[in-house]
Amino acid sequence: MSATTVPADSLWDRVRGFTPPPRYLPVLATLALLVGMFSVGGVRYEGFSDPQVVLSLFIDNAFLIVLAVGMTFVILTGGIDLSVGSVVALSTMIAAKTLQLGWPPYLSMAAVLATGTLLGLLMGLLIHYFDIQPFIATLAGLFLARGLTYLISVESISISDSTFTNLAFKTVTFGDYYLRWTAIIALAVVAIGAYVLARTRFGRTVYAIGGNESSAMLMGLRVAFTKVGVYVISGFCASLGGLLFSFYILSGNSLHAIGMELDAIAAVVIGGTLLTGGRGYVVGSLLGVMVLGMIKTLISFDGTLSSYWIRIITGALLLAFVVVQRFASRRRT
Amino acid sequence: MAESPTTSVSGLQRLLRHQLVWPVLALVVLLLVNVAAKPGFFDIRMQDGHLYGNLIDIVRNSAPVLLVALGMTLVIATRGIDLSVGAIAAISAAVACTRIVGAADEGALTTAVMACTYALAVCILLGAWNGFLVSVLGIQPIIATLILMVAGRGISMAITDGQITTVHNNTFSDLATGYVLTLPVAFLIALGVCALTAVLTRRTALGMLIEAVGINPEASRLAGVRSRTIIWTVYAFSGLCAGIAGLVIAANTNSVNANSLGLWIELDAILAVVIGGTSLAGGRFSLMGTLIGALFIATLARTVNNIGIPSDLNYLFKAIVVIAVCLLQSPKVRSVFRVRRPGATGSSGSVGSAGSATPTLAKAGRS
Repeated sequence: MSATTVPADSLWDRVRGFTPPPRYLPVLATLALLVGMFSVGGVRYEGFSDPQVVLSLFIDNAFLIVLAVGMTFVILTGGIDLSVGSVVALSTMIAAKTLQLGWPPYLSMAAVLATGTLLGLLMGLLIHYFDIQPFIATLAGLFLARGLTYLISVESISISDSTFTNLAFKTVTFGDYYLRWTAIIALAVVAIGAYVLARTRFGRTVYAIGGNESSAMLMGLRVAFTKVGVYVISGFCASLGGLLFSFYILSGNSLHAIGMELDAIAAVVIGGTLLTGGRGYVVGSLLGVMVLGMIKTLISFDGTLSSYWIRIITGALLLAFVVVQRFASRRRT
Repeated sequence: MAESPTTSVSGLQRLLRHQLVWPVLALVVLLLVNVAAKPGFFDIRMQDGHLYGNLIDIVRNSAPVLLVALGMTLVIATRGIDLSVGAIAAISAAVACTRIVGAADEGALTTAVMACTYALAVCILLGAWNGFLVSVLGIQPIIATLILMVAGRGISMAITDGQITTVHNNTFSDLATGYVLTLPVAFLIALGVCALTAVLTRRTALGMLIEAVGINPEASRLAGVRSRTIIWTVYAFSGLCAGIAGLVIAANTNSVNANSLGLWIELDAILAVVIGGTSLAGGRFSLMGTLIGALFIATLARTVNNIGIPSDLNYLFKAIVVIAVCLLQSPKVRSVFRVRRPGATGSSGSVGSAGSATPTLAKAGRS
C-alpha cells in the first residue's frame, strides 16, 4: 500500500477507499479484538502495556499455538480432531517415562513425535479408507491415547533431564525483553504451516477438499493423500505441542491437558476459520490463541475475577464469532 | 415382505442381520468373561429388602449414561450431536445442590423436589438454547453445542462459587442410592424415561418425523413436517435427560464438583448410541440399542475392575470398542463380508427388510 504509483489518487483517497479483501475480514476482526483487549488492559491495569506481556503470551501458549496450527489443517478439510488433548498427555508421559528409563533425550523426543504422527496416520486411514466420521475416529484416538497414558503410568513422573530443562529455560533476549525457545519453535511452526497452506500443492488441495470434496476428487486432486495427510500433520503437531508442554510443565501426568482439544478448536474458530471447511488461515489461529491467552492474562491482572470466568468468556467469544460467521456466510450465498 | 422359500435359513439370516444382534452378542461375551474370571459374578442376594450383586451394580451405574444417551439418540437421529450434555449435567447438579443448601429446611422432601424441578427447568432452557442455535440460526450442531460445552463448566462453577458443595438430604440421595421394589431408583428412573421415550416416539408419529428430519431436513420441511420445532424439541429433551443424569450423579456422592461431574459423559453417551447401532449420519435410531449400549459401557467398567486391571485402563478398552464398532458399521467392511457370503445375493427380500442396510449396501447386494 505504500507504493502509490498512480498519481491521480492522493494517498488519503487510497487510504480512505481501502477495503480489505473480504476473505481477510475474520482474521482482521480477531486482530482488532486482540488489540482492543490489549488496550483495555493497558488502560485499566498497571504494567499491562509492557511488551513483555505480549511476549509472555507466546511463551505461555506455545504448545496451544502448535496444536491450533495442526487443528487448522484438519478443520480446513471439514474434519475435526478431538484427540489432540490426549495426545499431548501421552507425549508428556512418553517423554517422562523414556527419560526415566535412561533414554538419550533426543531419542526420547523422536519417540514422542513418532508416536503422535503414527496415531494421526492411523486416524487418517480410518477416516478416509473406512468412511468413519472424523468425530468418531478421533474420539477413538482420544480414548486410545488417554488409555495408553494410563498404561505407561498412573502416577505423575517428573522430568529432571538436563537437556530438557536447558531447552525449556533457554531464552533469546531482545534488549530488555526475552522469548523462550519453545515460543520460537511455535512461531516457526506457524510460519511453516502458513507457507504450506498458501504456497504448496498440498495446501491448495486442503482448501479444495474443504470447499467440496467430490469436486476435488473429480478434478483429479490427491484427495486420499491430503485427507490422511492433514491428520498426520495434526498428530505431529499434537505430539510437538505435547513436547513443548512437557518443557513448560516438566512432568508427565495422565491428567494433563484434559479439555485442551476444546481450547484448540475454540482458538481456530475465534481465528476466523470456517468449521465447515475451506476458509481460514493459520495466522488467524495464532491470533485466536493469543485472544484466549489475553483473556487469561486480563483475569490474572484483575485479580478479583475467578478463573472460571475464562471458560465463560471463551464460550461467549466463541458464540459471537460463530453467529457472525453464520450471518456473513448466509449473506454471501 | 415376501417369504423366502427356505424359511429356516432366512430366519437365521434375518436374525443375524437384525441390528441388535452384535450389541447383544458383545454384551453376552463381556458377561461371560466376567463369569470366567469370577464364577460367582451372577450371584444376587436379598439383604434388607434390596437386591445386591454385581448385576444390580451394573444397572445402577449405567443409569446416568443411559439417560444422557437417550437424549443423544434422538439428537443424533436428526443428524445432530449434543456435546454440551456433560456441562448441562454439571449445571443441573450445581443448581439443585445450591438450592438445597440455601433452603430453610435442608432435609425436607419438598426442598429436594423443588430444587430438582428448578434444576430441570434450567436444563430444558439450556437445551432449548442449543436447539435455537441449531434450528433457527442454522449453526452446525457440533459447534452450537461446543459453545455450551466450553462455557457450561464455567457457569456451573460460577453457581457453586468454585466450591465443592455438599448436601444433606435423604430424598435427594435416594435418587442414586435408594431402592424401590428391590431395584435401584436410579435405574428405574432411567428405565422410566426410556419407556416414555419409546412410547412417545414409536407409538406416535414423532419417531418417524424425527427420522424424516434426519434423512433430509429440507425435504421433510417441504413435506409439511415442522422440522424446526422438532429439532428444537429434541435438543430440549437432551438437555432434560442430561439434567436428570446430573442429579443422579450428584446424589450418588451427595455433593457437586463442577469441574469433574459428568466429565466425558457426552463421549460415553455417544459411544452407547453408536454401539446400539444408531448411525451418526442420522435418519434412524434404536432406543433398545442405546439401552444395550449403555449397559455395555457399565459392564465394561465393571469387567475391567473385576478381572484385576486398573480401572483407568478403561479408556483403552473403550478405544478398542469404538474402533471395532465403527469398522463393523463401515459400509466398506460390510460389503466385503457381504460379497463373501454366497447366499446374500439371493435373498433380496431381506435386504429391504433389514433396517441396517444402507442404500449403497442394498445396491451392492442386488447387483
